[in-house]
Amino acid sequence: METLNNLFLIIAAAIRSLFADPHSVWANLTMDVINFIIVVVIIVLAALILILLERKIAGWTSQRTGPNRLGPRGWFQTIADALKLMGKEDITPAGADKFIFKVAPMIVFSLPMMTLAVIPYGNGMAPINLDLGIFYFLAISAISTVAFLMAGWGSNNKYSLLGGMRAVAQMISYEIPLLFSLLGVVMITQSFNLGTIVEAQKTIPFIILQPLAFVIYIIAGLAEVNRAPFDLVEADQEVVAGPFTEYTGLRWGLFFLGEYGNMTAVSALAATVFLGGWQGPMFLPGWVWFWLKVGIIIFFMMWVRWTFPRIRVDHLMHLAWKVLLPLSILNIFLTGFGIYIYRFVMGG
Amino acid sequence: MGTIVFFIFAILTIAAAWGVVTSKNIVHSALYLALSFSGVAVLYILMNADFLAAVQLLVYTGAVAIMVVFAVMLTLRGEVQESSLENRSWGWGAIVASLVFVVIALVVLGNTDWRVLPTEWTSGGSAADLSLLLLTQFMVPFEAAAVLLTVALVGAVILAKGVKRAHELK
Repeated sequence: METLNNLFLIIAAAIRSLFADPHSVWANLTMDVINFIIVVVIIVLAALILILLERKIAGWTSQRTGPNRLGPRGWFQTIADALKLMGKEDITPAGADKFIFKVAPMIVFSLPMMTLAVIPYGNGMAPINLDLGIFYFLAISAISTVAFLMAGWGSNNKYSLLGGMRAVAQMISYEIPLLFSLLGVVMITQSFNLGTIVEAQKTIPFIILQPLAFVIYIIAGLAEVNRAPFDLVEADQEVVAGPFTEYTGLRWGLFFLGEYGNMTAVSALAATVFLGGWQGPMFLPGWVWFWLKVGIIIFFMMWVRWTFPRIRVDHLMHLAWKVLLPLSILNIFLTGFGIYIYRFVMGG
Repeated sequence: MGTIVFFIFAILTIAAAWGVVTSKNIVHSALYLALSFSGVAVLYILMNADFLAAVQLLVYTGAVAIMVVFAVMLTLRGEVQESSLENRSWGWGAIVASLVFVVIALVVLGNTDWRVLPTEWTSGGSAADLSLLLLTQFMVPFEAAAVLLTVALVGAVILAKGVKRAHELK
């Protein structure tokens, strides 16, 4: 069991031992490259699996069959779709701002790679163990707003630009409750480091101490990754597909990879901060627990997407500024009081 | 290694800043500004100030999106390609900017207590130390800055919405 739990650490140590000095610059560089490839593989695999899962869950919630033709029970549907995307013609609109148009999907795809690199996937299994984990994660996600706006602007299409503007309004508004909801946990653990936060949840996951923060995080997280009921950025009936309207082929595919990568990253952060990360009963290895928890949150997000109708634009801002923000500030106050009461009771 | 990275990102930062002032398209200017800010964030990381680097990305680079929105909304010219034409009196601007730079550089160089640390600093720009300083030694300037920002925000709202007398509100 212990071996299975530390499987990846043992593999990493084995690769390092191939070098004369296991902690030389070259050994570190090799490990960094391997970690990078693993993160890319995680995003691609997540997209392949999640797109199929999404369509299956969409079918299940609306009592349809979902994809069921290609392969056993339709499991090869996404692979066929990906192949089709690669074969499509890559069109750049004549009036587009060409450089911005081409660079935007790359930025959208590269951001989840940067955020997923600091998540601890198991005990001691964070690709990069960063002291500023949570803060770095939020700082990187803030850039995705610029990327969406670049896509919307570069397309030179009024619907794309409208979508980009909506992305700015929505993502900047919801970033604040998202950030504040995580502050309660940071106050309790006194650390931004995701590894330390997971260690602190050995006895009790923070969802029990911070239920309000968890709810705020999930709502704001849904809005951050632009998923229904917060998909105003790409609302098909209003702005065609928002910033993605003019994109074709693989560039459009990059947006899709980015979206599912972002969704995985937000769910992984929720699992790490609120659900105890890789902590769990010992009959399963830590990394299995981690992915189980991520899977539960992703399933919940999909369930919400196919159950609730899209929120209205004016309600969107109302919810962020007049409901979620005061609640998250209240949560910070309550956490502060709680910490003092705890110290008083424990005789600190 | 660190020196090479420093020069790559220093050149990138300055080149992007040059792009900000020379670009004819105001949206390009704003995006160059985002690039320049990101370059500065990397320079912060090289100086072990990683908290400051994250703040730089979160507050400055992220906020460029808002600047682009304003650029789009406030541009009066029809063609955005020529929305930020060079001003005729750019020479005066250059002189004033250089003077300000020289004054700030002199003040910084003259007043900083330059110390050589006994050992190389490796523990990073700790958020804990920073917050402790902000809430003890530098609390008054910190709160003053907060009040200033609030006043600016309220002022912006008043400018945008206009002031009404109490009896007009109904």
